[in-house]
Amino acid sequence: MLALRNVTAGYGAFTALWDVSLDVAAGEAVAVVGPNGAGKTTLLRVISGMIAPRSGSLAFEGTPLTGRPAYEVVARGIAHVPEGRRIFPMLTVADNLKMGAYLKTARRAYAESLERVFALFPVLSERRRQRAGSLSGGEQQMLAVGRALMSRPKLVLLDEPSMGLAPVMVLRLFDLIRRVREEGYTILVVEQNVRQVLKLVDRAYLLEAGHLKMEGRAEALAEQDFVRKAYVGL
Amino acid sequence: MSFEVRQGEILGLIGPNGSGKTTLFNCVSGALAPTAGSIRFGEQEIAGLTPDKVCHLGIARTFQIPRPFRKLTMLENVAVAAHFGAAKRSSETEARRRAREILDLVGLSSAPGALTTTLGAGGLKKLELARALATGPRLLLADESLGGLDSSEMAGAADLLRRIRRELGITIVWVEHIMATLMRVVDRVVVLDHGEKIAEGGPRDVAEDPRVVEAYLGEKVVLA
Repeated sequence: MLALRNVTAGYGAFTALWDVSLDVAAGEAVAVVGPNGAGKTTLLRVISGMIAPRSGSLAFEGTPLTGRPAYEVVARGIAHVPEGRRIFPMLTVADNLKMGAYLKTARRAYAESLERVFALFPVLSERRRQRAGSLSGGEQQMLAVGRALMSRPKLVLLDEPSMGLAPVMVLRLFDLIRRVREEGYTILVVEQNVRQVLKLVDRAYLLEAGHLKMEGRAEALAEQDFVRKAYVGL
Repeated sequence: MSFEVRQGEILGLIGPNGSGKTTLFNCVSGALAPTAGSIRFGEQEIAGLTPDKVCHLGIARTFQIPRPFRKLTMLENVAVAAHFGAAKRSSETEARRRAREILDLVGLSSAPGALTTTLGAGGLKKLELARALATGPRLLLADESLGGLDSSEMAGAADLLRRIRRELGITIVWVEHIMATLMRVVDRVVVLDHGEKIAEGGPRDVAEDPRVVEAYLGEKVVLA
């Protein structure tokens, strides 16, 4: 579904990603793990068109996406849930969701999408008239995911969804992401909570200092000694 | 809500998102006045005092999301805190000297003249602690010092909190969600849920308390 080939990207003179090739198949859940500064967020920003790669190419469902602007990437079916959630705190929950359905095709399906999001996250329906900034951290993360789903994506990019959440909320959120996935969405997730995320995904990539160091089935990766020591914290 | 922080301890404050941890920090640091009740710091009543007064009495806090002055250098950011935050206003030279010492302590002394925009998540958290420490507190309220850090940065941050207590003699109240690290560092833990204290005690007892598992941990946590 998504294919990156030899992608190099960065900011100004700084190169954050070196020669990265990565695939996500339709229906898969894939994680990218690694220390801070490894280039995980940059990778997602390249995919969603926030920054253009310096070299290399990316394609989605066979169509080249290299250098296409973010709004076009969203229209093709890729939604990005950014690090730190970035909801609109002064808008209501309902208006945040409406913003997610801004594009024409998404607008036409607005009512149906809303129903689907409320079915997945009933708490968003209960709080639809509330200011988004007044939600708890976990609810804000659900809203950020819900807003992404409103654009009717096929692939959802999640950047550190567990950040700042209580352990019980991390478990609940990962259960919800599992349900989102069962609904047929493909998922690419960047996470610092390696132990929990490896339970969620089929495959994972290890990114270190801008280079992909390892790739494998989640169970196999969890067993790798250095991954366990360095990132799982056991 | 009633509880006590003992001189010289590191107290962990945990609870689900929205349970009142940050509100509690806001009440102690003066950002919010409690509607009822009293907050004592040593012999002094501090409930309802303004944040600057609380800071001058010796209580400093960090924030979940660091917001340094982006157009100032790291040294200047910390010097501002040293200059305005101390009980007795120091000279600019003195504030800068103090800021250098603090940057050294937190491990940010390599480029004091750099802008804060060059810092990653780990560096920003260190700078946040440095700004709080520069005010010369006796009590430090640390709000999610590990949020957004990777495992090696977390180990470094936990070690830094231990050194702040050992080398500066500062008492610490630490709000955190990363249990594996928190539980290794703290002497005692207070657990909040829906604005109420539901448990208090040593890390091991609290981790095994069924109410805490249910409301906060979500599953049994095995402590090393």
